[in-house]
Order: sequence, then C-alpha cells, then structure tokens
Amino acid sequence: MSSADIPQGTGTPAPEKRLGLVRRAWQFVLDLIDVLLKPSSIFGLGVLVLAGFVAGVIFWGGFNTALEITNTEKFCTGCHEMKDNVFAELKTTVHFSNRSGVRASCPDCHVPHNWTDKIARKMQASKEVWGHLFGSINTREKFTDRRLELALHEWARFKANDSLECRNCHSAQSMDITKQSPRAVEAHQRFLFTGEKTCIDCHKGIAHHLPDMRGVPGWQ
Amino acid sequence: MIKKLAMMLLAASLAAGSSTLLAQSVSSSLRGPAPLNEEGPAPPMQPTKNTAEKEVRNYPEQPPVIPHSIDGYQVDMQGNKCLSCHARARTAESKAPMLSITHFMDRDGQFLASVSPRRYFCTQCHVSQSTATPPVSNDFVDIDTVLSHDKPGAKR
Repeated sequence: MSSADIPQGTGTPAPEKRLGLVRRAWQFVLDLIDVLLKPSSIFGLGVLVLAGFVAGVIFWGGFNTALEITNTEKFCTGCHEMKDNVFAELKTTVHFSNRSGVRASCPDCHVPHNWTDKIARKMQASKEVWGHLFGSINTREKFTDRRLELALHEWARFKANDSLECRNCHSAQSMDITKQSPRAVEAHQRFLFTGEKTCIDCHKGIAHHLPDMRGVPGWQ
Repeated sequence: MIKKLAMMLLAASLAAGSSTLLAQSVSSSLRGPAPLNEEGPAPPMQPTKNTAEKEVRNYPEQPPVIPHSIDGYQVDMQGNKCLSCHARARTAESKAPMLSITHFMDRDGQFLASVSPRRYFCTQCHVSQSTATPPVSNDFVDIDTVLSHDKPGAKR
C-alpha cells in the first residue's frame, strides 16, 4: 500500500506543471486564430493577395524542386546501400550503357512519372530512409538476404501497373518487330501484343542481379 | 681477362639479337602486322549469331550450339535464365527444345528428379556463335562423309 502511495505523491506536482504548459499553448493557439480571423488594419487587400501568391509560388516551386532533387541518380546513389549493390549491378547492363547512349537512371524505372503516383511512391520511400538509418541492408550479406523480398515488391508494383515504367520508353505501338530477332518477334506477338503478359513477366533481372528464383513463376 | 671479354661479347650479341627480333614485324600471323613487342589494335567485336535456327551437330556427342544471343543471361546459384525456356515444364509455352535426359543424370548414371548440379551451368558445354569469319580455315569432315568414301562407287 505504502509503496503504491509514494509514486502517486511524487507524481501529483508534475501533471500540474504540464497542465500549465498545455494551457499556455492553447492560449497561444486561440490568440493566433484571433489574429488570423481579424481583418488586417495595416496591409491592403491587394498587398495580402500578392504576398500570398508570391509565397505560394516559392513554397510550391521549392517543394517540387526539392522533390526533383530526390529524383536523380546522384541522390539515389548517395547512400552506399544503393551505390555498392544495385547501382554497381546496373552498370553492367544494357540500361546503363548501350549503342545509342540512352541511359535509364534509377527514377526512370522506380518512380512513376505521374504526379500523384509519384507522391504516393515518395511517401512509401520514407520506409527506405528508415531502413538506411537503422541499417537494415547496410552490408552486402544483409542485402542479399533480403533481396527476394525487395525484388518481390518491385515485381508486384510493375505487374500491378502493367509495367508502366517500362512503357514510358518502350511502347508496343512503336516497337518494330521486323528489327527484332525471330525469338523476340514470336514472344512479343504471342504475349505482349495480346496483353497476355506484361514486360516484367519475362524480363526479370535485366537491370539488377536476381534473387534466389526458386518458386518464382517461370523459373526453376 | 679473356673470360670477361667473352661475357661482354655474349651480352652485346644478345642485345643486338633481341633488338632485331623485337623490331621484326610478322605479318603472316594471327596477330597482324603489329611488332612482337607491341600490342596491335584489337579487332572489332562481332555480333552474336541470333537467328534461332537449329544448327546441325558435327558429331553425335557434340553439345548443340546456342543459335541465339545470351547477353545478360544470369546462370548462377540464384537462378538459371536458360531454364526459363528450356526446362521440361517450360517448353510447351516457349517451344524451345527441352534439355536432354542426360542432364538429369548424376555421374553414376542415376537419374535425378531435376537437373543435375554438374549439368546446371549451360555455357560450360553450350556456346553461342559469333558471326566473325574464322581467321583459320577448317577442313573438318563429319563421319557420314568419311563413311561414304567406303561405299562402292564413291569417290575416294
């Protein structure tokens, strides 16, 4: 009984102090609302509208500029998890260097170009910041252990949006199959043009090494 | 004194000999006209044959050659891209030839349920073909041609 009383006794002054803080903060909010609701007696309406417009441009532009900075190969390879694993693997593939000199950089395949989808993906990517801070894949071994899980996420995303990021560059309409090898012609006619399959169904592991493929459909 | 002179002569003749050797250019060899002490320009890489047309084997035991490009195909512990088409269960969809039953045998001739580990790495035996013209001609004739020489009336 007495042991239960002691923490209660020491605990009682603390809530009072906190209540005071809360009350003061609440008072500040009420004052702020009061100021915001009252018409301005100093600035004219035109000045306020113009200032709001300029501030809006700066905020919106700043937001989008910052967003675009996170959408560059340089930003993506800024952390060693990406630089030493997936980016190193990309360098050997046709999406990095090829005869026509077109390079697909990280966001071309991994970030949707459409604005709302991009914001949704960026919010998802905050999980990756968490992973970086807590070192969930900070060694090659940890990365290869989780590669299947990470790859499954990307495959599911490509499958769900009908390989949208592939089709930003490769469209079935502008694909000249007479320039393709006989095997490619046959496969694209049977599966791509009929819509039976989407790009990622056959073209897994074209930009990065594969995870353990046992159990993945179409693989042994 | 004589010994020393002999050594000097030997050294001088060796130096002279090696310099003439190095300066020589051998134009008849595969390395081209580049002198022996220099590296010539690398010949351009030729594209891989990509017709997907089955090629005749030169002898029955020959591993069939790959008539298509295999650039970027991953064959390792994680997966085998070749088996995406050539595995037994995949051939109906891909129309590719199934890898033969010998690939399921272990070295004692016992059949396993799936591809034997010793036959897993396709490019150990099967290779894609370059379109380059061979620098050295080949006069190989297959066994059918050799046997036909023995037939009565055949040209010997």
